Amino acid sequence: MTTKTASIARDDTSSALGLAIAVLAGVFLLVASGMAQATVLHDAAHDQRHAMAFPCH
Amino acid sequence: MTKNLLTSAVLAGVAAGLIAALLQFTFVIPHLMEGELYETGARIHFATDGSTQSDRMQPSIGTDFTRHGMTIAFNMITYTGYGLILLALMIFANDKGHTLTPRTGLIWGVAGFVAVQLAPGIGQPPVLPGAIGSEVGPRQAWWAMTIIATAVALALIAFGKGRIALLSIPLMLAPHIIGAPYLDTYFGVAPPELSARFAALSFGTALAGWSSLGFLCAWFWTRADDA
Repeated sequence: MTTKTASIARDDTSSALGLAIAVLAGVFLLVASGMAQATVLHDAAHDQRHAMAFPCH
Repeated sequence: MTKNLLTSAVLAGVAAGLIAALLQFTFVIPHLMEGELYETGARIHFATDGSTQSDRMQPSIGTDFTRHGMTIAFNMITYTGYGLILLALMIFANDKGHTLTPRTGLIWGVAGFVAVQLAPGIGQPPVLPGAIGSEVGPRQAWWAMTIIATAVALALIAFGKGRIALLSIPLMLAPHIIGAPYLDTYFGVAPPELSARFAALSFGTALAGWSSLGFLCAWFWTRADDA
C-alpha cells in the first residue's frame, strides 16, 4: 500500500497536454455517440441515446 | 502516464458500457420497445371516445441482433467518452494531492451521474421514442450548460476551501431557475405510467453504469500506474 502511494507520487508527470487530449477525445466520442445527426449514426445509436437521455432530436 | 490514462479509460469505458447495455436490455429496452408500439400507432392509449386505457404488455426484445449489437457498441463508445473526461479530471485531482483509489473512483462515478444524468434529467427527463420536444439546439445548449454548472458545483463541494463551497448552491440551482426549453403543448401518445417508468429505469441503469465507470477507471489506472 505504501509502495503504491509512493509510485503514484513519483509518476506525477501527467502533462496538461495529455489531460487535454483525453478530454478532447472524450468529447469527440460523445458527439459521435450522442449528438451527430447523420441518419446512419442516429439510427444505430437510437436506443442508447434514448436510454442515456441525450438531447439529440 | 497519458498512455495509462487512455488505456484505462478505454478498458473502463468498454466494461462499463457493457454493464450498462446488459442492464438496459433487462430494464430499459423492453419499456422503450413498448413505447414504440404507441409511437407507431400499433397501440393507442388515448382513444377518441374519451377512454384512456390500454393493456400493459411488454414486447420481447426480440432477435434483432444488429439493433441490439449497436446499442452495446454505442454504450461502449459513450462510456469510453465519459470515461476519458472523468479519468482526466480524476488524475488532475490526484496530481493536486487527492489520491485516487478505486473507492474514491466510485464516488467520482456517482458524482458524474449526478452532473451528467440526474441534473440535466431534472429539466429534460429521458423520453420514450416518439416524444416531441422543442428545437434541439437550445436543448443541447441547456443540457451542456447544466452539466458544466453542476460539475463545477460538485467540485467546489469536494475540493473547495471554506465558504467558497457555498457557491455550489446557486451554481446548481441556476440552470433550473433559467429552466430547460419546453413546448407549450403536450404531445405524448404513450401512457404516463410507461413514460415515468422508462425515465426512472433509465436513471437507475445510468447510475449503475456511472458507478462502474468511476470505479473501473480508478481501478485500471491505479493498477497500470503500479506496473
